[in-house]
Amino acid sequence: MGSLVSFKNVIVISGNFPILTGLDFEAGPGEIVLVKGRNGAGKTSLLRAVAGLARITRGSANVLGVDIAANPADVRHRIGLLGHESFLYEDLSARENVRFVLKATRSDPSNAEAAMASVGLTGRLADLKVAKMSAGQRKKVALAALLAREPELWLLDEPHASLDSWTRGVLDATLNAKVSRGATVLLVSHESHHGSLVPTRIVEVGGGKIISDTNATKPVPLDPPAAAKQGSGNVA
Amino acid sequence: MWRDALLIAAKDLKIELRSKVTMNQILPFAFVVLIVFAFALDTSPGTLEKVAPGLFWLAVLFSSIFSVDRAVAIETDDGAGDGLLVYGVDPGGIFLGKVLSVFVQLFLLEIFLLLGVVVLYGPKIGGLPLMVVSAFFATLGLCAAGVTYSQLATGSRAKQTLLPLLLVPVASPVLLAGTKAWQDAFSSATLLGDPWLRLLIVFAVVYLALGAIFFGSILEG
Repeated sequence: MGSLVSFKNVIVISGNFPILTGLDFEAGPGEIVLVKGRNGAGKTSLLRAVAGLARITRGSANVLGVDIAANPADVRHRIGLLGHESFLYEDLSARENVRFVLKATRSDPSNAEAAMASVGLTGRLADLKVAKMSAGQRKKVALAALLAREPELWLLDEPHASLDSWTRGVLDATLNAKVSRGATVLLVSHESHHGSLVPTRIVEVGGGKIISDTNATKPVPLDPPAAAKQGSGNVA
Repeated sequence: MWRDALLIAAKDLKIELRSKVTMNQILPFAFVVLIVFAFALDTSPGTLEKVAPGLFWLAVLFSSIFSVDRAVAIETDDGAGDGLLVYGVDPGGIFLGKVLSVFVQLFLLEIFLLLGVVVLYGPKIGGLPLMVVSAFFATLGLCAAGVTYSQLATGSRAKQTLLPLLLVPVASPVLLAGTKAWQDAFSSATLLGDPWLRLLIVFAVVYLALGAIFFGSILEG
């Protein structure tokens, strides 16, 4: 099967500053690609470019079979992005936010309650205004909206940040299940432990380019306790 | 596009019902404008009666700056605008939804403001059909131009000062035509054939069309 994401010599310029500088990147179905790199290396910019939120100045960029530089609107609704910003409305409740996302994406509205319940947004919490929520609870609302949408391509920027261990487990289990059915995950993280999420590849970004691409032929969990249980080694 | 427009308008109006920014802040501001201008001018009844339409539309213009700024700011908080793009919401739908939402808020504000004008300035209200229809198109034009320029100013770090600088000159035909149409209405002119109403209609249609076509490019930066 071909690549779901295919970037060749992609250049993205923000103002006068190049943030992706001739980046080559591929990701296929069923992959969990861990994107690493120092602050300002271009990790978040890579995710935004894949989501069609960064204007691609030069190069070839294909996402889910669509030229994302030319026709971003044709493919964005098939992409799920969980970034530093939650995309939530502070004056709406958790339930209203999730329902709005489902209406906007023309997804099945009946998914809302199950997705919210899966991350613990039940009872009064579901009807609480987002403005009154903690950072972790807001992340759960954004996550519930993403889970309810069921995108084909998951772009996750520090998805575990602010989440409690139980919700991290839910996220990891859900992503593993989606990936086993052919979804693709691009995961940006500074953390050394990723729970039960098992990257199939680790790419390192530096100066707006991919500087290393390690194919984990024998994927192993990065979480030391989980790795110890399975008797696995470290990912290079 | 229309489905998305209704979705955005319903969401924005729900947010306004919760936050009550228009009712608790913009409406009192509009009344303050009416009162302050009345003090600044000759307070004799004859003068105030004469300038009532102009002061009304001046207060509406100033209020519209806050309303459109607020409508666009909803989408810049926490990256919600990027979210709309990722969800695949039609940019033309976002524009029309914002215009519809601000239109509803401003039109309601104008009803309260008109009551204030009647109480404070005491003009003889006449020609109600011309007043209502001209207010409809003037408000529509202000909303369409306002949402467009507010989005245009969003990228700037000096948005709060840039938006009035852009919008007030652009919206001056609405101020002029709205004032003249209401003066015509007060002197019992009929709805048909009023040249100022025609200008308001043209302004509203042009900015609605421009916004619906180009809002996507502005939104994408």
